[in-house]
Amino acid sequence: MKSKVERHNLFVALAFLSPALFFYLLYFIIPVPMSFFYSLFKWNGLTPNMEFIGLKNWNFLFQDSIFWKSVINNFVLVIMSILIQIPMGILLGTLVSSKLKSAKIFKLLYFIPMTLSAVAIGLIWIFIYEPNFGVINTFLNNVGLSNLACGWLGDTKTALGAVIATICWQYIPFYMIIFSAAISSIPKELHEAAYIDGANGIQTFFKITIPLITNTIIMACILALTGSLKYFGLIYVMTEGGPSHSTELMAVYMYKQSFTNFRMGYGSTVASFMFILSIGLTILTLFIGVKRNGLNG
Amino acid sequence: MDKKAPTFNMVAIIFGILWLFITLFPLVFLVMNSFKNSMEFFMGSPWELPKKLFFDNYTQLLSTNFSHYLINTVIVVIVSLIILVLAGSMGAYALSRLKFKFKNFIFIMFIVGITIPIHITLVPVYAITKNIGLYDSIWGLIGPYVGFNLPITIFILKSFMEDIPISIEEAAKIDGATRWFIFWRIIFPLSTPAITAVAIYDMVILWNEFVFALVLINSPENRTLTLGLWDFQGQFTADIPAMMAVLLLSTLPLLVLYAVSGEKLIKGMTAGAVKG
Repeated sequence: MKSKVERHNLFVALAFLSPALFFYLLYFIIPVPMSFFYSLFKWNGLTPNMEFIGLKNWNFLFQDSIFWKSVINNFVLVIMSILIQIPMGILLGTLVSSKLKSAKIFKLLYFIPMTLSAVAIGLIWIFIYEPNFGVINTFLNNVGLSNLACGWLGDTKTALGAVIATICWQYIPFYMIIFSAAISSIPKELHEAAYIDGANGIQTFFKITIPLITNTIIMACILALTGSLKYFGLIYVMTEGGPSHSTELMAVYMYKQSFTNFRMGYGSTVASFMFILSIGLTILTLFIGVKRNGLNG
Repeated sequence: MDKKAPTFNMVAIIFGILWLFITLFPLVFLVMNSFKNSMEFFMGSPWELPKKLFFDNYTQLLSTNFSHYLINTVIVVIVSLIILVLAGSMGAYALSRLKFKFKNFIFIMFIVGITIPIHITLVPVYAITKNIGLYDSIWGLIGPYVGFNLPITIFILKSFMEDIPISIEEAAKIDGATRWFIFWRIIFPLSTPAITAVAIYDMVILWNEFVFALVLINSPENRTLTLGLWDFQGQFTADIPAMMAVLLLSTLPLLVLYAVSGEKLIKGMTAGAVKG
């Protein structure tokens, strides 16, 4: 009797879930084992003949210095995101959640980059970095600092920094919103009490605001970590991973191997590696979450 | 307290204006230079205002594929959004209000999709799309667009639906209403605020989507706006002001949406990361 009810419940639930499951399984879940499967083959993706080569792609992956360069760049990106975007996000979050009259207008205008596509942002910044007619170099030439003018995106020394600056420009507003929400939820009495005790703005910021948003800071670091694996459009548009792989990221490398060089088997190997890495990061995230909640509770 | 406030405010305002400059300067240059002709641009400096407004950069777009790209994007985004809202809210209903076996398993399976980068699905999705004959068609984009936006959509809708008082549903059940009826007549309408937020978020993501379009579309007439932009880049390398005009036009719809919805769009786009 009970199992009959259970079966009925399962049937009703699956009926509600079926449209979502259809799209999600077909386009997200099934592709994961497919990627691992393809990683065992040599395949150009254009013709149906796939040559089974065992773990050769995986062997190659571990010796592929360009791939490891892209892994390192991904981590540089995470570290720079955490060092630049999060502090700026906290500062701007404090500003837009303050009692200033202009705070709301600031918030609305600051958020504009988040609404633009990575492609549009990439193309706008190409124009800003452009060596001859670009915004930065013409400015430097006009103020007599032409020795500082350089190829920005075309120079292996500056390309990654230039791309990271653009990424920061786009994503700082996102962190600003996260932190402004966290800061707004701090009870006002705490700040008032601190003022009465004679604390100044800077002291209250470090002694009250920062400790109370620690959880949000940790969450923001996690978002920066998992988000970095998803960077593609901006870099692909701005540099295609060049010059000489100085801005190569895993997602860009994976795309180029699969769809520019038509090495779909090897591209799938890179993709599978990214999957393992992101699952690892997700588990780490959950672990940190459980540990912190355990400590707090 | 009163003594310190003015200096603090001054510093804050100066910092605020400085950041405003950083945020807006790329867009100011975009607008300014899109009204120059290419001669004027290459002879002068991007910092100069246009001598007179030159609209040809905009009017010449009429003879390009730009309108195709725009229509394709509008169709793909609207169809994907409808499916996302329907499939997502139905799924979220089951995961938030029904008791059944494998519920946690299914929920976790969806949630994992939030952190996993979609790029790992590119080759298989390309193969699947080719096999079902939708390669190089705008309809082929809808499946992946729905698929990769479902996790966050379901996550947001589920947490909203969980907060709807269960008593409303119980009352309807006593009156003999079916689950199907309860969902469409009670839960779905009550979830409007969350559905709006999630739809705005999905819309921004889909309007700006690039990588699936890059992989699944080939012919010029089937391209979406972001892919088209990428293409104009090759076409207009010698004409930067024309490129600026295309860029501005392609981002205008979302800027208008933002101007109209303001806070709501911000809320929608950060709903996954900010609770409440």
